[in-house]
Amino acid sequence: MASHGIKDRVAIIGMGCTRFTEHWDKGLDDLLIQASDDAYASAGVAKPDVDAYWFGTAQSAMSGIALARPLKLEGKPVTRVENYCATGSEALRQAAYAVASGAYDIAMAIGAEKVKDSGMQGLNAFPVPNDGTSRTLTAAAMFSMVAPAYAQKYGVDRAELKRVLARIASKNHKNGAKNPRAQFRKEMSVEQLLAMPAVAGDLSVFDCAGVADGAAAAIVVRAEDAHKYTDKPLYIKALSMVAGNGNGLMDPSYDYTTFPEIVACAQDAYAQAGITDPRTELAMAEVHDCFTPTELVLMEDLGFCERGTAWKEIEAGAFDLDGDLPVNPDGGLKSFGHPTGASGLRMMFEAFLQLRGEVPEERRISTYGQRNLALTHNLGGYPGEMVSFISILGTQPD
Amino acid sequence: MKGILGWGTHLPYRRLDRSTIAAVAGTGGGKGSRSVASFDEDATTMGVEAARGALASSGISPSTVWFSTVAIPYLDKTNATTLHAALRLGTDVGAYDALGSVKSAVGALRAGLSGTGAALVVSSDLRGGLPGSGDESNGGDAAAALVVGSDADGTLLAELIGQGVATEEFLDRWRTPGDNRSKLWEERPGETHYASLAALAWKAALGDAGLEAQDVDHLVVTGTHDRANGSVARSLGVPSAAVIDSLAATVGNTGAASPALLLASALEQSSPGQVIGLVVLADGVEVFAFRTTAAVAEYAPRRTVAAQVAAGGAITYGKYLGWRGHLSIDPPRRPEPVRPSATASSRSREWKFGFVGSVDGSGEVHMPPAQIDTERRAMAEALGTIVTYTIDKLSYSLNPPVVFAVVDFDGGGRLPIELTDVDATEVAIGGRVEMTFRKLFTADGVHNYFWKARPIRGEQVEHGEAG
Repeated sequence: MASHGIKDRVAIIGMGCTRFTEHWDKGLDDLLIQASDDAYASAGVAKPDVDAYWFGTAQSAMSGIALARPLKLEGKPVTRVENYCATGSEALRQAAYAVASGAYDIAMAIGAEKVKDSGMQGLNAFPVPNDGTSRTLTAAAMFSMVAPAYAQKYGVDRAELKRVLARIASKNHKNGAKNPRAQFRKEMSVEQLLAMPAVAGDLSVFDCAGVADGAAAAIVVRAEDAHKYTDKPLYIKALSMVAGNGNGLMDPSYDYTTFPEIVACAQDAYAQAGITDPRTELAMAEVHDCFTPTELVLMEDLGFCERGTAWKEIEAGAFDLDGDLPVNPDGGLKSFGHPTGASGLRMMFEAFLQLRGEVPEERRISTYGQRNLALTHNLGGYPGEMVSFISILGTQPD
Repeated sequence: MKGILGWGTHLPYRRLDRSTIAAVAGTGGGKGSRSVASFDEDATTMGVEAARGALASSGISPSTVWFSTVAIPYLDKTNATTLHAALRLGTDVGAYDALGSVKSAVGALRAGLSGTGAALVVSSDLRGGLPGSGDESNGGDAAAALVVGSDADGTLLAELIGQGVATEEFLDRWRTPGDNRSKLWEERPGETHYASLAALAWKAALGDAGLEAQDVDHLVVTGTHDRANGSVARSLGVPSAAVIDSLAATVGNTGAASPALLLASALEQSSPGQVIGLVVLADGVEVFAFRTTAAVAEYAPRRTVAAQVAAGGAITYGKYLGWRGHLSIDPPRRPEPVRPSATASSRSREWKFGFVGSVDGSGEVHMPPAQIDTERRAMAEALGTIVTYTIDKLSYSLNPPVVFAVVDFDGGGRLPIELTDVDATEVAIGGRVEMTFRKLFTADGVHNYFWKARPIRGEQVEHGEAG
C-alpha cells in the first residue's frame, strides 16, 4: 500500500482557459472549442497530435461523445470524468497517469461547465433517484457552520471573525479585479462586504463563490518529451486525491474547524513532492475558496500556518498577492465563479501563468523568481463529507 | 373485559389567534385560538406522533392498527401502513384505514374494541375551510391514539361498560372529494336530528351499562355540529361541571381526532372508578361508557393534553393561509424537489420511516445505517443536543428559512438534520431536541415522509422505548 506519485515524470506543455462569466451567448460546445484551441496553440500541437482526452464535467454533459462531437475528434479515446467540485482536477490527474504509464504520448485534460442555462441561482446537482431522506441544505449553509465553530474553538470574537472572512473575500476580489478572465472584476472593501445581509448562517452572498460558465484545458506529455514543445514546461510534482467516507457527519468528535480529508490529502501531496515546509517552499497556492470560511480553514489544513492562527495571518496579509505566500492570486472561486468541471484546471492555468512569468506586473506574485512551486487545491462536498484534490506543480525537475 | 390500555395525543405546536383573521379576510375569526398543523405535518405524521406516545406509555405491541382522518393524505394507497412503518411494527400486524368522515374514526374505535388482540386506533385531522369561514376559525388540528383491547392484552385503564348507537341518513355537512372545504346545511335541522338520535343512543348505552345519567363523572360530547354538541351536552342529565372542556377556545374542533382527543383529556382528569361518557355526533350518534380502573392513576402520558394546550407558539394568519394553500406564496427559486423513489424508499424503510440507524464494531452509530454493520439501533426516541446550527435562506423550503442543526444524541450518534416547530431566533447551541415524524415535501403526489428534530417544549419527558 503506497502512494508513490509521478513526480517529474509528466509535464504540462500548454494550457487554455476561457473567461469565466455568464456566457449567455456561448454553449458548452463553444467553451470546449475555445479552451481546447487555446491549449493546442499554447502547446504548439495540432489537434490530431493529441492521443487521448479526459473530459471533466459535473453536470453539463455525459460521456466522451460530448467532447468528441464539438471538437470533431476522429477515433480518439475520450473519458468523461466526474468527482464533484474536483472534477476538472481529476481529469488532469487521469490524463497525467495515462501519459506516465506510457499508454499515450500526448493527452489533454479539459474541464467545462455550462451552469447558467438552468434558470436557477447556484449550482444544482441533477438528482439521482433516492429515498428522499438526504439533506437538502445548500452548500453555503453547510459551510457556514464552520465559522461559529472556529470562533468558539479558538476564542475569536464572532465579529472579529466576520471581519477576517470579509478580508478573505476582499483580497480575492482585489486579485480578481486585475484579471481579465475573472467573472467579477470589482474590488470590494471589507466595510462593503460587512454590510451585506446574511443568507446562510453569518454568510452573505459575498462570502460565496460566484456562479459562472467556463472551460479550461491542459496538454500533458512525458517529462522527457516536454522540451520538444516548450522551453517552459510545468512539471507535475504531486497529484493527490482523497474521497471521504462521510464519517465526519456522524462522528461526535468532529468539530467543523478542519477538513480531515484535506489534511490527509496534503500530507500525501507533500510526501510525493518532497515538501516539508509548504509556507516557505511554495511560491503560491490556488485553493478552493467556495466560501470564505473554507479558505480560512484551508490555510491551516494545508499547513500554511499553525492551527488557530489563520485568522491572524489573514488579517496581517500573509496570503495577499504581495504577502508571504500568495493565495488565489487570480481571484479564486470568489472572482471566477465555479463552473465545476473547469475550476481545477483554471487554478492550474494560474499556476502555469505565474510560474512561467506570463502575467502582467500588477498581477505578479511576490515570490516570483524566488520559489518555483505552486499548489492547487479543490474540494467537493461538505464539511464531514468531501473529496479533496491537491496538485503541486514546479518549473524545475529535481 | 374490553377497554382502554393506553393513549397518546398530539397537538401541533402552532396556534392561530382567531382575532387576526377578520383584519385580512374581512370577516370570520372570533375569540381564542385554534391549533395549526405545521407546513410539514399531515394527518399521517400527526397520527404517528400521537401513536408513538400511546405505545411508549402503554408498553403494548398492538396486533392491529386503525387510522382515521378526513384530511386524507393518500387515496388508493393505505395511509395506515406509513404509521405501521414509522412505529416499526411487525409485518404480522394489520394496518387499515377508515377514512373520509368523523364517523369513520368512531367506527374504527368500535372495531378495535370488538376485535381480538390489542388494537392501536389512531385518529387525526386537519380542519379548516375557506378564509373567513366558521370552519376555518372553529376548526383545529390534532391527532389522538388509543390502545384498546382486553385485559388479556394488558392492564386496562378504563373498562368499556356500555355502548349505544343511533344511525340515520340526513344531510348536514358534506364535502365533494377534492374540495378544500365542507359545505353546511342550515344549522337547525341537523341539531334537531342530533337531539333525537342522542337521546336514543344515550339511553341505550346507559341501559347497556346499567347506569343512570347522574352516575357519569365526566362527559364528552363532540362531533361535527358545534351547536348540537353544546345542546346535547346540556340535555343528557349530566351536571354541567362534569362536561369535559371541548377545547373550542384553545384548540378548536379537531374533527375525526376530537372523540379520542377529548376522551384522552377526560382520562387524564379522571380518578380510579369514575365513569366517562363519550358521545359523538357524526351522521348519527355513538355513545361509549367507560369506567376507569385503579391503573389509570399510574398511567403517565408522554404529554398530557393540558400540557400541549399550554405549550403552543403563535403563527400569523398570512402564514396559516400559505400553509393551507389558500395563499399562493412565491416558491423558492431553486429546483423543485423530485419525488422519492418508491423502490429506494422501500429498501430503506427502516431508516426513512422508522429512523433506525446501525452500530459498527467500534460502537459508532451510523445514520443512515451502514449496510455492512450488523447491529441496528432505533433512534426515534433518542433525545439530542444541538452542537451547532445554521439558518439557510437559500435552500428550497416551503417555510423558509431552513433551520438546520448538527445534533448529538444521548447514548451516541450524530446527525445533521432540519429543525421544525422552531423560530430561527430561538435556536441555540446546547438546545435539547427530540425527533418528530414529518413530511418533507410532496412531489408528483408522493409524500416524502422523514424525520426532523424539534425543540423539547415545556417539561422534559424522558422517552421510553416503544413496544
